[in-house]
Amino acid sequence: MLKTIMAVAACATLALGAGSAAQATDISGAGATFPAPVYAKWAETYKAQTGTAVNYQAIGSGGGIKQIKAKTVEFGATDKPLKADELAASGLFQFPTVMGGVVPVINVPGVGPGQVRLTGALLGAIYLGEIKKWNDPHITAINKGVNLPGLPITVVHRSDGSGTSFVYTNYLALKNATWKAKVGASDSVEWPAGIGGKGNDGVAAVVKQTIGSIGYVEYAYAKQNHMTYTKLQAAAGGFVDPTAANFAAAASHGQWSAAQGFYLLLLDQPGANSWPITAATFILVYKQQPNAAVGSTILKFFDWAYKQGDPQAAQLDYVPLPANVKALVRKAWLDVKGPDGKPIYVSH
Amino acid sequence: MASLKKSIRSAGNGVFIGLCFIATVLALAVLTVILWTLVVKGAGGVNLHVFTMSTPASGSEGGLLNAIVGSIIMCSIGMVIAVLFGVLAGTWLAEYGRNHWYAETVRFVNDILLSAPSVLVGLVVFEFLVVPFHGASALAGSVALALVAVPIITRTTEDVLKLQPSALRESGVALGTPLWTTIRQVLWKSAGAGILTGGLLAFARISGETAPLIFTAGGNQFFSLKLDHEMASLPTVIFNFALSAYDDLVRLAWTASLIVAVAVLAANILARTITRERRP
Amino acid sequence: MSAVDAAFVRRSPPKGAGFDPIFKWTCAFAATVLLASLTGIVIALAIGGAPAFAKFGFGFFTNSHWNPVTEVYGAEGPIVGTLISAILALIFSLPIAFGVAVFLVEFCPGPLRRPIGVAVELLAGIPSIVYGMWGLFVFAPLFAQYVQLPLMTAAPPGSIWDTLTQGTPNGANIFTASIILAIMILPYMAAVLRDLFLTVPVHLRESGYGMGSTTFEVITSITLPYVRRSAIGAVMLGLGRALGETMAVTFVIGNSHLLPKSLFDSGSTIASTIANEFNESTTDMHTASLIALGLVLFLITFVVLAIARALLGADKTA
Repeated sequence: MLKTIMAVAACATLALGAGSAAQATDISGAGATFPAPVYAKWAETYKAQTGTAVNYQAIGSGGGIKQIKAKTVEFGATDKPLKADELAASGLFQFPTVMGGVVPVINVPGVGPGQVRLTGALLGAIYLGEIKKWNDPHITAINKGVNLPGLPITVVHRSDGSGTSFVYTNYLALKNATWKAKVGASDSVEWPAGIGGKGNDGVAAVVKQTIGSIGYVEYAYAKQNHMTYTKLQAAAGGFVDPTAANFAAAASHGQWSAAQGFYLLLLDQPGANSWPITAATFILVYKQQPNAAVGSTILKFFDWAYKQGDPQAAQLDYVPLPANVKALVRKAWLDVKGPDGKPIYVSH
Repeated sequence: MASLKKSIRSAGNGVFIGLCFIATVLALAVLTVILWTLVVKGAGGVNLHVFTMSTPASGSEGGLLNAIVGSIIMCSIGMVIAVLFGVLAGTWLAEYGRNHWYAETVRFVNDILLSAPSVLVGLVVFEFLVVPFHGASALAGSVALALVAVPIITRTTEDVLKLQPSALRESGVALGTPLWTTIRQVLWKSAGAGILTGGLLAFARISGETAPLIFTAGGNQFFSLKLDHEMASLPTVIFNFALSAYDDLVRLAWTASLIVAVAVLAANILARTITRERRP
Repeated sequence: MSAVDAAFVRRSPPKGAGFDPIFKWTCAFAATVLLASLTGIVIALAIGGAPAFAKFGFGFFTNSHWNPVTEVYGAEGPIVGTLISAILALIFSLPIAFGVAVFLVEFCPGPLRRPIGVAVELLAGIPSIVYGMWGLFVFAPLFAQYVQLPLMTAAPPGSIWDTLTQGTPNGANIFTASIILAIMILPYMAAVLRDLFLTVPVHLRESGYGMGSTTFEVITSITLPYVRRSAIGAVMLGLGRALGETMAVTFVIGNSHLLPKSLFDSGSTIASTIANEFNESTTDMHTASLIALGLVLFLITFVVLAIARALLGADKTA
């Protein structure tokens, strides 16, 4: 019996090995989990239209950076942009693809979506464990008319390293000096309070299960799970809702042309409607492509996505890049060279 | 006095029997609840598309074909490697090494490999097979799965061979048969059912392993048979889709879970049918 | 071909005997591959983790702060979490596994024996990640509502129960993780124990019954002593699995790197920490510390097995 199983398996292996050589060259990338649904959607449509398969694996932003540096993938993806000097050191080129927002979500009985208003400084104090109850005077002062109970606040954070945490802790550090001094900003930090959930979904589940809790998730999760989000104070002073329009408003103020290597966090942007925790997600490729065919296929795919992918991105609750940013990126692509020293892809 | 002692003894025995019964009911109840959850959340998604289409992006029509085929391919290759090395190593431990210090060392090493967290196996295979070849591949995934399965098969093979009566070996020697022929024709045959059970336990374990595949085989949105490229598998699809924001993908994750569970159930029943037929 | 024929004519040595050493060395090679795999894993972990050990020294084990921003890594929390969750899981699981094994061997009606045996083994086939999902979305909320909350409110303030039951009542804690782990290792231990009980010669057990012993007495004075050594092996198998289990624990343990203060406090294990952070670690020291954690996990497993073997050395007659 064992012999039969082994023989069958061995034959199958040989047959598969022989059959696989004939297929076309495909592209593989890996990294951030946040944009994975929209990359998968684009890749599906792109394959149907062109026959080229772009296989993207969601393993996390850190993983994306690590894998492109180890050259185990043809492109990496990250929510945590690399700074210009780090890009130069590793010979990488970086460009943004789509945007989204990080949204605080709460579970307080009797409170509906968008009823509670918070500021960045308050969020920092809550996450530091300094503000312990929902009816703390600091919270009630800006929430007149909302019936906040005397429940203890349970802080929920990501347990895994995450680009979402990177964006969120950067925002807290920007708005709360104590947070900046004590905790800092990174894709995983030593959380001073609370409990961890694995992934956006883990945080969402813990928040749903824990009365009196507050967490932070990507916009798509808050929207798809119908969670109770809060309003946040924009840089201009007013309180804004997390909506696609308000993310776009924040993005429109981004100083992309001044951002070296497109390193830009869209935190606390000016403008009355700008959602303060908005961020783009990025692609990493080598500036010097060893294989021109592979490199041009990657850029061709993302150029196609810039041209035709916006409706699909919006449908999945992502925010497309403004047209002027896309134009900037297309121009910068000329820096990606093939073995012959010429740009591998020119958009037209 | 004697009758009191006797009634205490039988009462104690009654309690013992009762507790054993409760333990079994508890175990079965847990299984029922988990399978019920899988059926409630997963059965609704079972349709023809699941077996004819590859994993979709959210909002598109799709199935699990690439993951099912990928799982079968990688588990099969993994099992071929594992059975090859496991049966031979187990045979060496039982028939040649015995109490030799080297055999004791290998036995100890095997016990540790049995307990080795699969996430570390994935990590090490990543360092040795993914980084040098610049990319995750189905082959690397298979090797990682094989590493998880080998110690189980080695241990079972050794245990089952040791249970074979030494009369079997002596009869071989008496007939002037070379030892290796005796092992192949007599011992392996009479121990076959036990080894097969070990193989199925190993198969059940690796068919649900997620951690070793994430770094090594990666995932693939599309149908692929290339052994030197990323390949999808059911556990990695569950891993990616279960934590997704979109209901349609989460439903597909539950369906994939149901399929894995049903496949393992089928493998178990199949193994038992074979075992029953082979036993004299 | 002719050489073989000649050998056959001389009738000595027997046909195919020449392959004996080849076969033996092939088998020995396979055994050596096992040894090489483990050596490879240990070396890879030791080299990868060396920078963390060099930087933090013994503090790596005694510091309970795990801080990726300041790059200070102390593994006390995950190490303690690993030990507590695995040992609790064993405590929950062993009596059940033992009960199931005894039931299957001694009392179970013949026609039901096979289906029940298969059913319990099927628990082992459910992927770890499904246990994690089930634990997080189905079990933890029920546990929080019907077990954790009542226990927390019933505990007299200031008593030891109060200390043990402190935490957030959401079901994501060390206790829940231990129960999920217990379910996961149950089928392994039950199956091995059952098979062991079946190896006890029928005449031994029958003679026990013949002397008027109850089932309880036959189990405790005949079956258990007969299989004692291997039974501890079965338990070790379970403990090893519980120590290294990754995906399921990650979902339900709460994932806090601090030292757990109570049974219902959130914690972390070594494996869950690696699974959570390895993909995302970008600084070299973070990676090194995670790999060092992996080495610690290996060492814990190693010590557990070494102690078990030392205990077993005394009655090594089997």
